[in-house]
Amino acid sequence: MNEKTTTNTSFFNDAGNRALLFQTLLLIAVMAVGYYLFHNLQANLQTQGISTGFSFLNEPAGFPILIHLIEYTEANSYGRAFVVALLNTIVISLMGIVLATIIGVIMGLARLSQNWLVARLATVYIETLRNIPLLLQMFFWYFAVLAALPHPRNSIIFGDFLLNKRGIYSPNPSFQDGIGIAVAAFFIAVAGAIALIVWAKKRQKKTGVWFPAYWTSIAIILVGTILGFVIAGFPVEFELPQKSRFNVSGGMVLVPEFVAVLVALSTYTGAFIAEIVRAGILSVNWGQTEAARSLGLRDSLTQRLIVLPQALRVIIPPLTSQFLNLAKNSSLGAAIAYPELVAVVMGTTLNQTGQAIETIGLCMLVYGSLSLSISFFMNWYNKKMSLIER
Amino acid sequence: MTIEFKPSPSLPPPQSSVGAVAWIRKNFFSSPLNIALTLFSLYILYLLLPPMVQWALIDATWQGTSKAACTAGGACWAFIGVYFKQFMYGLYPAAETWRVNLALILLILLVAMYAVKAIHKGLLTAVILLVYPVVAFILFAGGMFGLESVETTNWGGLFLTTLLGVVGIVASLPLGVLLALGRRSDMPIVKSVCVVFIETIRAVPLITILFMASVMIPLFLPDGLNFNKLLRVLIGITLFSAAYMAEVIRGGLQAIPKGQYEAADAMGLTYWQSMTLVILPQALKLVIPGIVNTFIGLFKDTTLVYIVGMFDLLGRIQAANHDANWLGTTTEGYAFAGFVYWAICFGMSRYSMAVERKLDTGHKRN
Repeated sequence: MNEKTTTNTSFFNDAGNRALLFQTLLLIAVMAVGYYLFHNLQANLQTQGISTGFSFLNEPAGFPILIHLIEYTEANSYGRAFVVALLNTIVISLMGIVLATIIGVIMGLARLSQNWLVARLATVYIETLRNIPLLLQMFFWYFAVLAALPHPRNSIIFGDFLLNKRGIYSPNPSFQDGIGIAVAAFFIAVAGAIALIVWAKKRQKKTGVWFPAYWTSIAIILVGTILGFVIAGFPVEFELPQKSRFNVSGGMVLVPEFVAVLVALSTYTGAFIAEIVRAGILSVNWGQTEAARSLGLRDSLTQRLIVLPQALRVIIPPLTSQFLNLAKNSSLGAAIAYPELVAVVMGTTLNQTGQAIETIGLCMLVYGSLSLSISFFMNWYNKKMSLIER
Repeated sequence: MTIEFKPSPSLPPPQSSVGAVAWIRKNFFSSPLNIALTLFSLYILYLLLPPMVQWALIDATWQGTSKAACTAGGACWAFIGVYFKQFMYGLYPAAETWRVNLALILLILLVAMYAVKAIHKGLLTAVILLVYPVVAFILFAGGMFGLESVETTNWGGLFLTTLLGVVGIVASLPLGVLLALGRRSDMPIVKSVCVVFIETIRAVPLITILFMASVMIPLFLPDGLNFNKLLRVLIGITLFSAAYMAEVIRGGLQAIPKGQYEAADAMGLTYWQSMTLVILPQALKLVIPGIVNTFIGLFKDTTLVYIVGMFDLLGRIQAANHDANWLGTTTEGYAFAGFVYWAICFGMSRYSMAVERKLDTGHKRN
């Protein structure tokens, strides 16, 4: 039988041979194109007199960066500017993820609300923000809302907070001697709370006796920390923002670039997360809720113990991709001069040094690893939450 | 003699469980929490709605030629009126805008012919995909048949946005299908080439790809050979959304039961026959929502071309905001652009729902 098929099919009609031939051709084509591009690149770089390599990272950058978490001046190197920008990207991504998740959960639950008005309001929010480009929303917050705030001289005042064109000013805490005692008290309280939760779970598994561990642990942390502060004699001083004639001095400031990017990113992504949360909750069969009720569980317990764990399994994978989108979308901050990775490295550094390959490559590498680490973490969490099957 | 059993007629439901009053009670005041939510929502509406209506409609100025005409204190829609041509066509010469309109009308006519089934479907598809782009390009760029030549740098506004969106959508779908099939292929080299391409693109933001298209591509081409920036950006956008499209379509391919593949093989269909006749029609139908979501994402992402120096609708509005004669009309510009984008994207999502319902053959497992 086998003999017969081999004699009857010609060389080119054999599936295996064809696959081999096709793949060889593809490989040759990819390599040829790659070589051609590389060859052109070398020739072009030579004629334009651009040296390759990352040695430019050690040269002085010579440009200021508005927001820097670590010490940075114009005299610092491009390498340091890169680190500053990277930190800015990470900070805005993490804060955005937290805020967007909170907004998303609230809006998703609101859209499922029994209350007609609440559900309609949430629907309007979601459908409006989802269908308008993020860049437009960022421009709106930055150029239309925050730029329309009053001049520093007419700042809007809420208690110790000031609000004006230059940003949001808040009291700046500075820590005095003895803060160590307060911090230590906080960590001891947290450790005690964790121990309590572990003990309560163990006891409930063994004896079935329930203990309100979560509420107690919150109380322990609060009381412990406050006690620590009292013992240390309140080792914190607040430097209040002072309004002078033309400017505000002192205090901590959130610049409008940061606020605009954060607000736009979290409200936009929040609208997508809301839909994911809603779909996740709807995916849990109504029978589950009925079964929980017939077991005599309260409504809040039904939600927490029955519906939510099952909904989370549906929610987590798409939530991961929303987090990834948010991290990648933080690059749009470049358009309103928030000094994140794209603005600093692919904008200013590229313009000043002309190292297109290196700067763009560096950015792609960073975003690649950022995406990988977020998806790695979420995959771990997903595995932890997923159904353990026999 | 038989006694017939006659049930007495059912009583009407109690007054408190039907009608408007019951609906209001159930939806707004069923519990203390519900009452609080209702009051809170009403308060938010009260805070937002009246000032918005006042600003956008009652106090608005609709006509005028300069900022001085806007004295009512509300929205200055006259700004949109004055700049309307620029928002639509960018810097396309005013005398030549009929060419853009004509191309749009032609496209609408061709698509409408699908609906009424005027000519053979295959022929129509061929016309739309092969003949129409050439005609449209000649109309847009000019330089032949006595049409005045218009540089692509002058293309802008909603025209450019639509162009980027439509070309990106039409080109990324087939590319995405090929990539998805490649990723599911048994051939290791084909598979790895597709995986590397898809995952690399999906890991980076669109901005880096656009920067690559506008800054890096010229470095990779031999001296003297260079092509238009618009084309480079188009290639960037298409490759970007093709990678996302590929993942959506892969989801559809994976959802098709193995029996379908085996049945197609058993009937003696070749690989391409079984894909185009059996697998893809089912797989694509399954993932229509995902495909349209990718389209909507692509359309919204076209705004990023502003960052690499092209003036689409959002770019033209940014430029108009810098006009010294119209300072303080930024909100109006963004509101207008927001409405245009919203209408198009929302329309697309509703249309996809309608298509989904139409193609639903009821084979879904419930």
